[in-house]
Amino acid sequence: MLTKRIIPCLDIKDGRTVKGINFESIRDAGDPVELAMLYSDKGADELVFLDITATVEKRKTLVELVKRIAANINIPFTVGGGISTVEDVALLLQNGADKISVNTSAYKNPQLLKELSDAFGSQCVVLAIDTKKEEDGEWYVYLNGGRTKTETKTTDWAKQGVALGAGEILLTSMNNDGTKNGFALDITKTLATALPVPVIASGGAGSMEHFKTVFEEAHADAALAASIFHYKEIDIPDLKQYLKDEHIAVRL
Amino acid sequence: MSNTIAIIKYNAGNVQSVLYALQRLGAEAVVTDNAETIRNAAKVIFPGVGHATPAMQYLRERGLDEVITSLQQPVLGICLGLQLMCNHSEEGDTQCLGIFDTEVKLFPSGTDKGDETITAKIPQIGWNTIAQYQSVLFNGLPESSYVYSVHSYYAALSKATTAQTAYIIPYSAALQKDNFYAVQFHPEKSGQAGATILKNFIALP
Repeated sequence: MLTKRIIPCLDIKDGRTVKGINFESIRDAGDPVELAMLYSDKGADELVFLDITATVEKRKTLVELVKRIAANINIPFTVGGGISTVEDVALLLQNGADKISVNTSAYKNPQLLKELSDAFGSQCVVLAIDTKKEEDGEWYVYLNGGRTKTETKTTDWAKQGVALGAGEILLTSMNNDGTKNGFALDITKTLATALPVPVIASGGAGSMEHFKTVFEEAHADAALAASIFHYKEIDIPDLKQYLKDEHIAVRL
Repeated sequence: MSNTIAIIKYNAGNVQSVLYALQRLGAEAVVTDNAETIRNAAKVIFPGVGHATPAMQYLRERGLDEVITSLQQPVLGICLGLQLMCNHSEEGDTQCLGIFDTEVKLFPSGTDKGDETITAKIPQIGWNTIAQYQSVLFNGLPESSYVYSVHSYYAALSKATTAQTAYIIPYSAALQKDNFYAVQFHPEKSGQAGATILKNFIALP
């Protein structure tokens, strides 16, 4: 049977990991490739690299990084962050990325999703959505790393995105992100049961139980987290053993 | 004949990862669509992610369809490569290479054992187990190893099936006929299990 996926996320700036990640077992914690290899050895099912570089050198450093990642790890990885053209995507895929994720650029130009899926197949097009539940009880789409609110409801945008060619949804709840109180179960479940493509839940992971809940109750296909893995609050082998003991299909 | 493994280049998917995986295992490999280079290679890998129709069209335009079917050395099809080595694919109603006497079909809608409460997503994306190995490609591989797959179409079980898996329904995870080997999953992205399979392919005489 197909397993639920555990996905560590690495924030990248100028080819280096952003946050002060503390692992004594690797020589250079700022090197995304070393960290990627460590997570791969620990049993991560996939990796996401989110590039927040905002310089003109961005494309070059990102392509160089993708090349080094692909040469060194043997699990799939997704690259996201400021990708807005078919040319950018072609370059990243040619250099070894398995998927790319788009967020604000796809919202501003939804045809990008169609162009990307036509050119490369929907299996490599991940639509990342930052979402926030407002006082009216509805989940809205936010852009620009959560700085800009839109009037679009998250389920509407996700459905439109999939219709245009997104092959997977990476859903980050801003209400939950950083709280360590668990994933946003309601919106994750809404999308996971309504959409014909996999949904990756993101934001709020604080305990192993949170992963169990998001898989079991919200039917997420994968769960993504950053800090709890980076700061070793949860070790991936322990997490997977726990999920297996809880009768959730995972790769061990 | 050289020691080199030729990775067939065509308008499909991420061939770079296959090249890197072979290099990690110490193999000499080259990405090429040159018929002569492919014919003279020690082994050939036929990779691919993408749509069956344009991929077959690309191969036919370059005469690579005939080159592939006439190869005598070990050939390994991966993902779309496997599907194109079958008789026919429902994807775009495409006539394929006919190496394996089986059909490629779209997954029906249904549920998967991993989550029986909701309709299974298509494509299948992720890690699934393979079992019932009947090929040297799986030498040393523990039964029910996990491999990574991304696909909406599958090759039905047939006499050529050398490993099985199930997503919604049982299907061929691997096929083999004479010197032609093929896997539906991505060994280059399947961690240690995938490396073992590629190593076995590299070691074929």
